[in-house]
Amino acid sequence: MKHAAQIATAVVEHTPGKLLHVDPRRGTLTDTRIDALPELLRPGDLLVVNDAATLPASLGGTVRGEQIELRLAGEEPDGTWRAVAFGAGDWRTPTENRPPPPVLAPGDELRLGPGLRARVVSRSEVSGRLVSIRFEGPAERFWLALYPRGRPVQYAYEPLPLSLARVQTPYAARPWASEMPSAGRPLRVELLGRIRSRRVGIATLTHAAGLSSTGDPALDSALPLPERYDLPAATVAAVADTRRRGGRVVAVGTTVVRALEGAALARGGDLLPGPGVTDLRIGRGFVPRLVTGLLSGVHGRDSSHFELLSAFLPGPLELLYMLHTAAGGYRGHEFGDSTLVLG
Amino acid sequence: MELRGAAVIVTGASRGLGAALAEELGRAGARLVLVSRDHEALDAVVDRIRDRGGEAHGVVADVSAPESASRIAGTSGALVGPAEVVIHNAGTLGPVPLAPLADTSDGDFEQALGTNLLGPFRLTRALVGSMALRGRGMVVLVSSDAASTAYAGWGAYGVSKAALEHLGRIWDAELSASGVRFLTVDPGEMDTRMHREAVPEADPSTLLRPEEAAAKVVDLLRKAP
Repeated sequence: MKHAAQIATAVVEHTPGKLLHVDPRRGTLTDTRIDALPELLRPGDLLVVNDAATLPASLGGTVRGEQIELRLAGEEPDGTWRAVAFGAGDWRTPTENRPPPPVLAPGDELRLGPGLRARVVSRSEVSGRLVSIRFEGPAERFWLALYPRGRPVQYAYEPLPLSLARVQTPYAARPWASEMPSAGRPLRVELLGRIRSRRVGIATLTHAAGLSSTGDPALDSALPLPERYDLPAATVAAVADTRRRGGRVVAVGTTVVRALEGAALARGGDLLPGPGVTDLRIGRGFVPRLVTGLLSGVHGRDSSHFELLSAFLPGPLELLYMLHTAAGGYRGHEFGDSTLVLG
Repeated sequence: MELRGAAVIVTGASRGLGAALAEELGRAGARLVLVSRDHEALDAVVDRIRDRGGEAHGVVADVSAPESASRIAGTSGALVGPAEVVIHNAGTLGPVPLAPLADTSDGDFEQALGTNLLGPFRLTRALVGSMALRGRGMVVLVSSDAASTAYAGWGAYGVSKAALEHLGRIWDAELSASGVRFLTVDPGEMDTRMHREAVPEADPSTLLRPEEAAAKVVDLLRKAP
């Protein structure tokens, strides 16, 4: 019971985080607070957020009587789920130290709690821990059983179990994300209101943010896996309108960059509304066509997100950024501080 | 507002006003997520709506539990899409039979606040961010005249409903500019299990049927801009 109370109190944080504003045009880095974000945007700019809610994607269960943890890594258009299996244990052990799961084969039955059973459809060639599974019964039964049973994917640096509420952005809507699209976590409703009142547009898309790491080197090097997105017509129109008027399109999170740039690339540069899947990998040297700026977390050099961040940072600023965030005590994890790259 | 196709969450939907609201909204073509602790009674309501060609999904949850809000929001987001309307109808009296405040236990008082106030607060919080970004949404709070009149014996309930109404006013002050609307309704005295528990001696023929009250609430929703 004590745990429950401690979890519940942490749903909304009141201490605004730090924001490092990197202006790639001027070559400057400025320390500020996330609360100052509205003043860093100009009337006519557009902020694009990922409204994916975070799934209770971690399921404990058994296969052939052996304990496993299964992390859902995305639903496929055919209704199967991509999932990554871990051996016995839980998040308190960093993923790289977790024992491997039993070898999974097509046809294996996964027992994941009352009303929640799945069968392995196929195993990935990248890693035996990445499987495609199909849940028994209609989709409604799956969703109704998932929420009481699943837990959010948990990070080893967090000692207490994370509540599902804590891993939602303030505007979470559709449960597509395996892990929180965390760049948007500091965008509280009050802050969004102030941004709007500056005549900065806010548009949404949904992008199925996948797992950030699995502890399996072969699999981690293949991340991010192809992820699905859905672009509302209003967002496509807002992006076009903003660009036509000379405003800046600011992506909140790397998932938004992937969705917008991936969707445009797939159609020869044209952004069209509707659903899609992108396998776009963005890194150093990538030239964004639509996105002008990026609000993201603070990323260390060893993280996959840093690769994406570096697409927005000219070479010399990359090193400055690393030195500055380290010296400035910026917190780098999902509940940490923020970076705005915008000139 | 157009109810046909609208994603609507109704709490306390297994009986009384909640079940009547669900059936009325089902007839209006809403896509419903119905919440109750009572699995069997909830299934019966869901089945009745489906038998008439409506769409309804039953989520078994206790709105007073802290983890329920994100579960309800997530499940409904998956099954019917982002909620356009949420009707906070689940309610509890506190001590039964009703008791003066001096005889009300901590547990009964906390239960009334948990179900009638904190539950709606948490579920609203889980939904309004998305509503505000989309520029539309309707939050309906089911209240009572016990929120404004100090009836002896209705302490836990009356206090929780008074606070609920004020919660709605403050949400409205904070979010009306974003297009999210808050509607507090007092359906009046109805012939429900809760009313029988509160006033066992009442003559049912003098009370409103839940179906009549539900029709009025749904009418208010239809007429809302």
